[in-house]
Amino acid sequence: MSALANDIATDMAHDIHEEHEHEHHENNTVFGFWLYLMTDCLLFASFFATYAVLFMNTAGGVSGKDIFELNFVAVETAALLVSSITFGFAMICAHKQNKSGALAWLAITWVLGATFIGMEVYEFHHLIVHGNGPQESAFLTAFFSLVGLHGIHVTSGLIWMTILFIEVSRRGLPEKTVTRLSCLSLFWHFLDIVWICVFTVVYLMGAM
Amino acid sequence: MAHQGSHTAAHAESAHNNGAHAQDHGDVKTYLIGFVLSVILTVIPFWMVMEGDFSKVTTLWSIVIFALVQIWVHLKYFLHLNFVTEDGRASTISFLFSALIIFMVVGLSIWIIYESNAMMMY
Repeated sequence: MSALANDIATDMAHDIHEEHEHEHHENNTVFGFWLYLMTDCLLFASFFATYAVLFMNTAGGVSGKDIFELNFVAVETAALLVSSITFGFAMICAHKQNKSGALAWLAITWVLGATFIGMEVYEFHHLIVHGNGPQESAFLTAFFSLVGLHGIHVTSGLIWMTILFIEVSRRGLPEKTVTRLSCLSLFWHFLDIVWICVFTVVYLMGAM
Repeated sequence: MAHQGSHTAAHAESAHNNGAHAQDHGDVKTYLIGFVLSVILTVIPFWMVMEGDFSKVTTLWSIVIFALVQIWVHLKYFLHLNFVTEDGRASTISFLFSALIIFMVVGLSIWIIYESNAMMMY
């Protein structure tokens, strides 16, 4: 009897230990992704430094004051900001194992992100057809690089979100999927922070 | 013995859920607080540049300060950085380290380049 109780106790201790290890592993994944984001921060920082150095070199062409439409940028900013909170709601649903809620909020987030990218592509296209492409001056090169780098990140986020949307709709919300969603959530919120820097440094300072 | 073990485990689990988990993932309230603050901190700088009748220096410093505060709001309410949980602390410290590197690489580079530009022009 006592041996049996001992066995059970050992078994349970083992289970608890394993669960703890498992959880630790999930946390490590998210923390590792966070460290990647910190290095991504440095990449963005170097692009910002380049922009800050080059933005006055317009080569006799347009400057920020001539091409930036703040009303347009305000709508882009709103789309991205709202998408941050809708992703937050998707994560809350995911942690509560509410599959349909998570899928609905993910879909809304995706639409808002796509709106942002659509507007950015429109802006770039508009600039290029009016003869203000990235090859025209150092200012425009730096502008297209910095804003484009952010845009490529958001586009990758949208592709990743599409994949996770399919994964959640097929498999539901096992722990692994929630961890993946947590990483994407960090990525998405991080891009919103980068956008704060972009609209402040590029658009608001440029239009002043 | 087994019963006691399971009781302890259940207890630890529930404490974990109520404490660290809620702190790490945030709830509807923290997201809403963060969102409302972000909207305010976005609208004011846009308004200052588009409609505001302030001097250039005032506008410049204001929008920089609003951006820094908004970054802090996002880190706290959306990314759940904190000094309370173990994971939060690790993330926060790694962020602060990156911020230090960025300050040195970007801030000091810009300072040096602007100074050398000014010296070459005049």
